[in-house]
Amino acid sequence: MDVAALTLLALSLPFVGALVAPLLTRLLGQNAAWILALFPAAIVLHFMRFWPEVSRGEVVTGGYEWIPSFNVSFSWLIDGLSLTFVLLIAGIGTLIVLYSGGYLKGHPQQGRFFSFILMFMGSMLGLVVSDSFLMLFVFWELTSITSFLLIGFDHSREAARRAALQALVVTGGGGLLLLAGLLVIWNVTGVTQLSLLMSFGPEMRASPFYLAALLLVLGGAFTKSAQFPFHFWLPNAMEAPTPVSAYLHSATMVKAGVYLLMRLNPVLGGTPEWQMLLPLFGGATLIIGAVLACRQTDLKLMLAYTTMASLGLLVMLTGLGFPHAIEAAALYLVAHSLFKGALFMVAGIIDHETGTRDVTKLGGLRSAMPLTFVIALAAAFSMGGLPPFFGFLAKEEIYYALPSLDRRAMVFAALAILGNALMFAVAFAVALKPFIGAKVETPKSAHEAPLLLWLGPALLAAKGLSAALLSNLTHELVSTPMATAIAGEPRKITISAIPDIGMPLVLSFATIALGIVCYLNLTRLRAFIATVLADIGWGPDRGFDQFMRGLVRFSAALTRRLQSGRLDVYMTVTFVLVAAVLLGAPLYYGELPRAPFFAGDVPLHELAIMAIAVIGLFAVVLAADRLTAIVSLGIQGFAVAVIFLLYGAPDLAFTQFMIETLSVVVLALVMTRLRLSPSDHRPLAQTVPDLTIALACGIGFGLMLLKVTGVPFDASLTDFFNHYSKTIAHGANVVNVIIVDFRGTDTLGEIAVVMVTGLAILSLVRLRAGSLRRIADNDPDAEGRA
Amino acid sequence: MEAWFALLVGTFFTVAIYLLLSKSIIRVLLGVAILGNGVNLLIFTGGRLTRGVPPVIQEGADTLAGPAANALPQALILTAIVISFSFFAFLLVLAWRAYEDLSTDNTDEMRVAEPEEEPAPPLGY
Repeated sequence: MDVAALTLLALSLPFVGALVAPLLTRLLGQNAAWILALFPAAIVLHFMRFWPEVSRGEVVTGGYEWIPSFNVSFSWLIDGLSLTFVLLIAGIGTLIVLYSGGYLKGHPQQGRFFSFILMFMGSMLGLVVSDSFLMLFVFWELTSITSFLLIGFDHSREAARRAALQALVVTGGGGLLLLAGLLVIWNVTGVTQLSLLMSFGPEMRASPFYLAALLLVLGGAFTKSAQFPFHFWLPNAMEAPTPVSAYLHSATMVKAGVYLLMRLNPVLGGTPEWQMLLPLFGGATLIIGAVLACRQTDLKLMLAYTTMASLGLLVMLTGLGFPHAIEAAALYLVAHSLFKGALFMVAGIIDHETGTRDVTKLGGLRSAMPLTFVIALAAAFSMGGLPPFFGFLAKEEIYYALPSLDRRAMVFAALAILGNALMFAVAFAVALKPFIGAKVETPKSAHEAPLLLWLGPALLAAKGLSAALLSNLTHELVSTPMATAIAGEPRKITISAIPDIGMPLVLSFATIALGIVCYLNLTRLRAFIATVLADIGWGPDRGFDQFMRGLVRFSAALTRRLQSGRLDVYMTVTFVLVAAVLLGAPLYYGELPRAPFFAGDVPLHELAIMAIAVIGLFAVVLAADRLTAIVSLGIQGFAVAVIFLLYGAPDLAFTQFMIETLSVVVLALVMTRLRLSPSDHRPLAQTVPDLTIALACGIGFGLMLLKVTGVPFDASLTDFFNHYSKTIAHGANVVNVIIVDFRGTDTLGEIAVVMVTGLAILSLVRLRAGSLRRIADNDPDAEGRA
Repeated sequence: MEAWFALLVGTFFTVAIYLLLSKSIIRVLLGVAILGNGVNLLIFTGGRLTRGVPPVIQEGADTLAGPAANALPQALILTAIVISFSFFAFLLVLAWRAYEDLSTDNTDEMRVAEPEEEPAPPLGY
């Protein structure tokens, strides 16, 4: 197989895994994880083959045509940025699958969980390798949907349902903004592929629609990456099982927005708007996230808010436009995925083994869980930016990017130091505090986690160390190609785990010192933030509830207005519209028929028949009792039959005679069983508008018929039937031949309709009286009582 | 001739729609029956009128020669007559059953499925 086919296979592997996961889990229990982990592992192996090209700075594209006429393709774009993401998604995904095997051991829905996780993995992989806009959008929304399924996995709890819906509404709505943004970009540049778009940067930035495209794309990216004020869904998403939090809501999905910004940086980036909006929102998110993280006592929530802060830092770095900022973003993104994934899994282990995640109720676990303690410390060192871990490299690079003395750089340097210091404090509050000090009684007696649980975080933490120690290799394979792809021009990263003496190191020391102070005063800090938040009271999370309730109330009120449940209202609206179209359109276009010419040479008997029909019609309306109405209905029906007979349609006439007779008989049979009011009790206030509408419709149909008969007649179909009835279908009566031969299938359908109607009538007649009401009342107990 | 037919069709539609706008279910039914006839006449006239000559091929001939009524609208109407009758019969029985169960022929009072005081939709999650 060639590379394209293999890549397509690799991209579809997670979905295949999702299909077989439930069955495998039923057969093997939690050990199915070992087999299911092979799927993402195979993807990692496949995509590693692109390393040589990508590390040379080349871009690999490939794919298949999808809808060529719309210029839509299923194509991928593999460069430093997407390859790094693919390896993170599939690599961490492998570990997450294993971890889920241990975490949800014995859960009745474990197979479903594996299935969802793998579906998400496939969507996320598709998102980051997408070259075509449409594919990007489809996978973007698929990640939202799979995230919805995963957050709502524990669907019997209302909090989980609410969090799932909230995530879907926020990120799915953002996806629609992204779609609009992509359409704007398509309109401006005329291309639908990211790889082609890269050379359109100048045109895009000069376009009058630049700001619109930018705001729409930012709307998509900021909702997905939980930027303030759209951040609230992310902490709520912690309702999901911990493997989901570790995978979607720290390492991968929430980075999709950052990915999008990085991807479009060469096209949309570098403008004053870009350099103002991104650092502004990113910086705000960084500080708010870090502060809110200190407020929490739940391990997962602390980590969730620091994830929000880290995403803010990434957005800020992407938009700053300083030298080294892009490189710092690339390094920090990788470092964050490694340490945050590990820390989430550690939090899950603690929860799983002790029965609580409340940091104030944990302590002294180091003797019971030494291995977990080591893993947690390694990840926390990376998160705190301590050497020799990868997070240290990332933080040094950040401080390289913010060295100058102009005011803007100093503001953002201060933000970065404050944010990093707070995250340092939270990192050790999560990774150190539960393990040291006196042993605290926990709901479950703590003991070391099984292999399936500690393997994933251990490997991630080890990766955070080895990536830093082998920094040259890391930079060559990952960071440098990634920074090059983000910047759209060659970049080189050289930073290593051995610190240089200089300004960045000073800033690092300042951060660590501030971080230690915060850590030691965390309880006081927490109380202070809680007081401030209580004073503010309102937040976007409550705003979401108000918005959703308002939406439900509004749509209920609107529906009740439009769907009044009254037949005469529906009828009136329908016929007013019919009259408006029939009369309005010809008036608007000046297409009224010429004044009708009432020929005088019409035979008297024809006029007499018409007059009888009209008399029958009026008699139906004016009839004082039911029998008169029924008979009058017969009069107009028979008159129509005679008209058919006079104008060369004997078949129609006979059918009409028969049907009218039947109608009158059936009507008389049914009507005599009803005790109805004999006449039409419409008050004058209703008669006048009803009559006006009816007259307007009648005039409209009459005018339409005049117009139709005024244009030349195209008889080609009739000629066809006249010509071939005998020669092809061997029938002399053309009407009958059309019915049974040329349109035989249609007639078969008609017979079926008549038969179904007959069956429906039969069942209606046979239903016991009173049973309909119970169905309508929807009372399930009625059947039992009856 | 077409002008007379247009007048007649207009009258059919006027009467049918006036009846359809009624609140009494039986009048609505009568309106449905009349509307069917009106539509059939509309199609019939739209296919042009020819007096007296049905579209039947003479014995010995292979094709229909000379002026004859248009066969195509006739075939369509033939189908329509049968369908509208079965529709009418179904509606009639439905109305009868509705009357038996709900004891009313007023459409405004048939509110079992859509009660006047519908409870508010749930606001939770």
